[in-house]
Amino acid sequence: MNRYTILVYTENFIGILNRITIIFTRRGINIDALTASESRLDGIHKITIEATVTEEQIVQLTKQIEKVVDVIKAYYFKDDEVVYQEIALYKVPTENLDPGLEKVIRQFNAHIIAAEKEFVVIEFTGHKEDTQALLEILKPFNLLEFSRSGRVAIAKPKFSVQEYLNNQTYNH
Amino acid sequence: MIRGADIVVRSLIAENAEYIFGYPGGAIMPVYDALYDYSDQIKHVLTRHEQGAIHAAQGYARVSGNAGVVLVTSGPGATNLITGLADALIDSTPLVCITGQVAAHLLGSDAFQETDVVGLSMPGTKWNIQVRRVADIAPAIAKAFHIAKTGRPGPVLVDITKNAQVEFGEFNYVHCESVRSYKPYVRIDEQAVIDAASLINSAQRPYVLFGQGVVLANAEAELKAFLDKTGIPAASTLLGSGALSQCHPSYVGKLGMHGNYAPNLLTNQCDVLIAVGMRFDDRVTGDLKRYAKQAKVIHLELDPSEIDKNVKTTVALQGDCKASLSLLTKAVKANEHPEWMSRFRELENEEKKAVIANDLHGTHGGLHMGEVIHLINQFKEQDAVLVTDVGQHQMIAWRYFDYKTTRTQVTSGGLGTMGFALPAALGAQLHNYNRQVICVVGDGGIQMTIQELGTIMQTKAPVKVVLLNNNYLGMVRQWQQLFFDKRYSFTELENPDFIKIAEAYSFRARKVTERDDLESAVAEMLLHQGPYFLEVVVEKEDNVFPMIATGCSVEEVRLS
Repeated sequence: MNRYTILVYTENFIGILNRITIIFTRRGINIDALTASESRLDGIHKITIEATVTEEQIVQLTKQIEKVVDVIKAYYFKDDEVVYQEIALYKVPTENLDPGLEKVIRQFNAHIIAAEKEFVVIEFTGHKEDTQALLEILKPFNLLEFSRSGRVAIAKPKFSVQEYLNNQTYNH
Repeated sequence: MIRGADIVVRSLIAENAEYIFGYPGGAIMPVYDALYDYSDQIKHVLTRHEQGAIHAAQGYARVSGNAGVVLVTSGPGATNLITGLADALIDSTPLVCITGQVAAHLLGSDAFQETDVVGLSMPGTKWNIQVRRVADIAPAIAKAFHIAKTGRPGPVLVDITKNAQVEFGEFNYVHCESVRSYKPYVRIDEQAVIDAASLINSAQRPYVLFGQGVVLANAEAELKAFLDKTGIPAASTLLGSGALSQCHPSYVGKLGMHGNYAPNLLTNQCDVLIAVGMRFDDRVTGDLKRYAKQAKVIHLELDPSEIDKNVKTTVALQGDCKASLSLLTKAVKANEHPEWMSRFRELENEEKKAVIANDLHGTHGGLHMGEVIHLINQFKEQDAVLVTDVGQHQMIAWRYFDYKTTRTQVTSGGLGTMGFALPAALGAQLHNYNRQVICVVGDGGIQMTIQELGTIMQTKAPVKVVLLNNNYLGMVRQWQQLFFDKRYSFTELENPDFIKIAEAYSFRARKVTERDDLESAVAEMLLHQGPYFLEVVVEKEDNVFPMIATGCSVEEVRLS
């Protein structure tokens, strides 16, 4: 089993995410994390999916995803083939602010992005291991809430969705 | 400006749809109202159940190559399509299904007969969409036909809200030629053709397996030309039957759990396996770990997700097999394989002695299903279509029916849907009233959709229904006998008087219980002009052999 990132470029149609996730559901495969947003190409969505599967499974999953009519292209990558980041937010009560916390924030190069009377929100981005490490440290500070995104990723190998779109449909 | 409902009907006419198989209801009534005005341009068949409508459309699509069209209402009308959608998806049958939906402002409110049909049908369709505005109706239908028919065909569904059906809009129908995210065909890789040809040229014991992909690509002539030149033995899958005449010298029989002895056994002795338009279904391969491990595998396949899915290929020839077969035929040398072929013939003789002789030429005891099919072969027309349901009769009819021409095999292969045959036979018959359509069913399956006798009556489709009655769910009973210590748990049926039922639906009907009466009954049926219902009471506890039991290897195919 390996951790893989699948990058899926799709039309922005209602239900497309459902069409993709049921491919995992049917095979009993868990999606570790998922993010979706507009891509740099107009009208094209990019979905980033993280899953821990075998190589055989990732090949089949990617082919099945690409088979979806409204999917333009899907690629899969191992962790060392993508640059990726996750964002985490931590809510800490104001009463627990002490010099220890300042040290932690400096150490991690994290930011306080909101300060209310009752609490502050700390923001930190990195790999899951990093955001998890900060989480463990902040727990003794009476952490009120924690939220972490799925990964966003940029692939190292070169590929072009635009080029794929430009290619004429081949009619036999 | 015309109503959305008229746009629906005129779009179907623009796509040259010949038939609509359907059932009216609240949310689709505007379209039914519009249909009233177009009955000279498009025919509508009122089935007795929505499942009947979709199976009829499947039967029509399979024999015609056109997309079958289905029209039903929202809620239960739509949910009754689900079995047919799943069946058509796994058997690659082009269908365009149109469902009515509650008005857009009621979506999500649990309105009367509202159901999330787009969500429900998602895993069972190649593509689906909900249309909520009149302007989107024609483009959605155009796209639906394009997607259903191109590439690997499949069912699509267009859900149209009631408000869109009654709003007025412009109608300028534009056929869909391409969808930017969907590229169903690829250019054949020339290097792969060279690699495949060199494997084939140096092979000692090459072996071709062909499936329905050949039929879907209209590549029957290309397959024949390839086999004529190479002299390679060729075996058919269930849905591939008919793609090659069984009289062809290369033809060696059928693959799979109840296929022929030689084609299964020798899969594990060939050195190059050439799979054409087939997907290595588990009923074909048996235990994958012991399937053709000695062979180099060449896979000619349109759908990239099928390549390396079950069997790892040495050379993948992705693309339309009509194109790849003709390139491959040019690249290979003319050859023959008399010794290798004789292995097939030897084993075929073993099967004849051990199984076939008794199946086809019973002398005492109850009638065998095979005897009925054997007699059908003697009296049927060359291009007669065989439609079967699911179970023992399906396997026996497939094993013994004499397939001479293409698009003569209509059955539920991948999904194994009992109740498929009767409505599918109706659809197949409507495509051509003059072509013989023989519907072979069991006493279990026919009762799942028996109401469609009424649709056959109303359309006067001259379907020949052959009921092989053993008063059992025979295939399940066979498994209970072989693998569950003969514990016949809920497989015996107390059946109605089928002849009375058939006669109530205006069929000419006859029941045969004695061997001596069978020949005249089959002859009478096949000479009869209208619908005919022949019930044959067969041996209660016959088994289908050869058989590859679940989990066994193809080389463990047993004759008894």
